[in-house]
Formats: sequence, C-alpha cells, structure tokens
Amino acid sequence: MSLAKRIIPCLDVDRGRVVKGVKFVGIRDAGDPVEIARRYDQQGADELVFLDITASSDQRDTMIHIVEQIAAQVFIPFTVGGGIRSVADIRRMLNAGADKVAINTAAIQHPELVREAAARFGSQCIVLAIDAKRVHCANEDEQARWEVFTHGGRKNTGIDVVQWANQMTGQDGAGEILLTSMDRDGTRDGFDLALTRAVSEAVSVPVIASGGVGNLDHLADGVTLGKADAVLAASIFHFCEYTVAQAKQHMAERGIEIRN
Amino acid sequence: MNSVLDFTATSHYYGQNMTGVAVIDYGMGNLRSVAKALEHVAGASTIEVTACAERIMQADRIVFPGQGAARDCMAELQRLGLDKVVREVVRTKPFLGICMGLQILLDCSEENDGVPGLGIFPGRVQRFPAQMRDSHTNDILKIPHMGWNQVRQTTAHPLWHGIAQDSRFYFVHSYYVNPADPMQTAATAQYGVDFVCAMAHNNVFAVQFHPEKSHDAGLVLLANFMRWNGKV
Repeated sequence: MSLAKRIIPCLDVDRGRVVKGVKFVGIRDAGDPVEIARRYDQQGADELVFLDITASSDQRDTMIHIVEQIAAQVFIPFTVGGGIRSVADIRRMLNAGADKVAINTAAIQHPELVREAAARFGSQCIVLAIDAKRVHCANEDEQARWEVFTHGGRKNTGIDVVQWANQMTGQDGAGEILLTSMDRDGTRDGFDLALTRAVSEAVSVPVIASGGVGNLDHLADGVTLGKADAVLAASIFHFCEYTVAQAKQHMAERGIEIRN
Repeated sequence: MNSVLDFTATSHYYGQNMTGVAVIDYGMGNLRSVAKALEHVAGASTIEVTACAERIMQADRIVFPGQGAARDCMAELQRLGLDKVVREVVRTKPFLGICMGLQILLDCSEENDGVPGLGIFPGRVQRFPAQMRDSHTNDILKIPHMGWNQVRQTTAHPLWHGIAQDSRFYFVHSYYVNPADPMQTAATAQYGVDFVCAMAHNNVFAVQFHPEKSHDAGLVLLANFMRWNGKV
C-alpha cells in the first residue's frame, strides 16, 4: 500500500493541434488534443499535461475551448501551461476545467503571482514549470549546476534552478514542480538525472521529471535514480512506439509502485 | 481500462429518476470538474452548481466539494450564510463531501494556526508530519500527498458498491482528518502514516480523495451516490 509514481503524457498544443518539437524547433503534427487525451486516459495515464505553445495571444481562446472539451470527457487530473500571466488567466483555465496550471515565464517576471495564485486557488493547483539548462563549469571538480530559462527556452535568467525551486514552493507557494531539462528535451537520451535528483531532494513538493525520454528504462530511471515523483513524456507515446500501459508494466517490473 | 460502471439496483437506491443535485459553490476551487463528472453519471438528474441557500435546501442530494485553505473556506461559508445551510442539509439529505468538504465537517483544523470547523463529525484535522519516509525506499515523502493511492474500505457501505478493495483514487492534500469516533471511519489510506480517507455516518459520506478525478473507480462512487437513498 503506497502512493503510485505517476506517468504523465505531455501534449504540446499549437493553434489547437498537438505538436512535438525537437529542441524546440522542427515541429511535426501529431493530432487532435481531445482525441489524444482520450486515448491516453483509456491507456491508463495518471495525469495529462497540455502546454499551449501558440505564439499569438489571439489564439488563446482556442485553448480554453479545448480545455472545456477535455474536462467533459477525461476524468483524470490535467495541467495546462503556456502563456499564463495573471490571476485572471489562471481563473479562466481553472473555470474551463483544468485542475492545475503551470507557470514559467510569469513566475520569473512576477514571483508574487505564484504566492497570490496559491493563496487564491490553493497550492495544489499551481505548478511551477522550470526550463533548466546545465551551466558548463570550467573546473570539472565543480558541482554541476543549472540555470532557469524562460520564453520557451530563449532567455537565460541566470537564476540557479535548485535555489529557485526551493524559493517558490512550500506551504504558501507552488504545490508541484514540472522540471524540464532543455539539454535533453527532444534528444531521446533520457532525463538529466542529476538535475532531477538535485531538485527533488531539495524541495518538499512533488517533482515531475521532463525532457529526453526515448525508451521505457528512461522513465523508470527518472524515479529510481532521479527521485522524481512523476515522469513526463511526449513523443514516445504520440507516435505509438509505446502505450502508457506498456510503460507502466515496465516500471512495475523495475519494482516501482504504479497504478494498474 | 474498460468502464466498470454497474447500475445494479439494490435496496439502498431509489429505483426511479431523481431530480436535483446541488453542488455547493462557496467560491473555493474548481467545481467544474465535479459537476462534469456528476453529469457523466447523472442519467436524468440535473446537476446545479449553486451558492443559493434556497436551491440547496430544495435539492434532493448535496455535493460539498472544496479546495484551498480551511480558514478561507470557513470564512466564505459564513460570509455567504452557507454554514447554516450545510448544518441543515447534512442532517436530512444524501450528502457527499469531497476533500475540503470532508475536512470542514470536523471540529477544528490545525491549518492556519487553528480554524474551527462545522463540528458535524467529532475530531480534528492535522498536517502530515514533515520528514516522513517511504518504508521501502527510505526517500522523504513529499507534501502535498499527491497522486493515486490505495483506499482500504473498512466498512460495507452502498457507496463502495462495485469498487474493489484497495482501488486507487486520486489524492491531493497536506492535511488529513483524525476522527474521534472510529465507527465513523469508512476507509483508510497510507502515506507515512495510516490516515482516515473516508467517513460515513447516516446520510453523510465524505472522502479526502477526488472521485471526480479518479477515473472509473471515482465515477462508480459518484454513480453510487446518485442512486443512494441516504441509508446504510
């Protein structure tokens, strides 16, 4: 009897379609978000994450409409991120049926937004999204460190990832962290396990590992070596290489508690 | 994962169409997902999300959800005059509390340095201790308790009908209820400590987990509630 580690398919949505970029460029079309959400739900996904990567704000209503449709058909928790800038944006997403919202760029620009939103809606529905990139040290003996990037990975803030994660979570902050390695995202080389572990061991809230999954062992490694509470993947599921059910079976074989 | 919804009628349920379900809206958290899940299993019943005392009093059955902090929940209930309404309907109609809608039924919560609850169930609400460790991996357990955990049914109840023992439900919370009367416990779960995750007494059933987000098992529980006559 214990809490299951979660497997979370992630859907990047651009103008109403699911896409998946490789290192944030080279986009392939993968389908209708509502249809894909239903497929993952049937396969036993524990949660879903939708990241709205639509550049123009006049397309935002498209995402609201999609969230409403998903909420009426899928009865597992789901998170929506991308372009969330204010308490009003958060309220709109939650009212449309999202369970949690992920905040990245706006948290850097207005750190008080996270606390305000947590106080208003509860920590449980505020996810701090962090895009992390490894800083290459001149001295090899120096401990690895990572910095926070924003604007879909285009801007370096110079902020230390572990320190940022710590500062923005806890009783009156975000209730969960979605941690993406920009170095690994789209590479299929596996999670940045050192990054995942450093953050997970530094914070009291659950951490979702993201970026780099290419096979099922990567998912299991994220939990056993990276100490993640949940593992997120996109392309291995979208292009039907593996089903969520296969991922779960593999994790169970590796001795990880999962939900059947 | 096929649907395991089972509509077998038993003596615990009304046979025919029922009318209204009121989902009490006191301004805290996301009620849309609760309403959507209820609509999915509602049949001919209507689901109304409302803060109107009159509408709540007229409804056949009541769902009392909630998220957020205990102090804000109590303050909003009182501001809207809904604390009295809840005290009234909790005595008379099939009543389902969810998450904060369970916690607020107890005497008091240690959240926000102590908040009095509605005192419908004797007992208190307490925070998970810091630095709890997983018994297998020895990793520190994260707070909030977030995700799918097993629910051990400790009593037979119409709302458990068709739900396998130790089924997983979705949880997200940092506080848990510690009832004074063990006879009111309907289920327990384990997260560092064994804690009560469902309580039942007469026409009241209240759960810490989120049935509206718990896939098939959650929908079965909601369907059971829709057909429950409030008797055990």
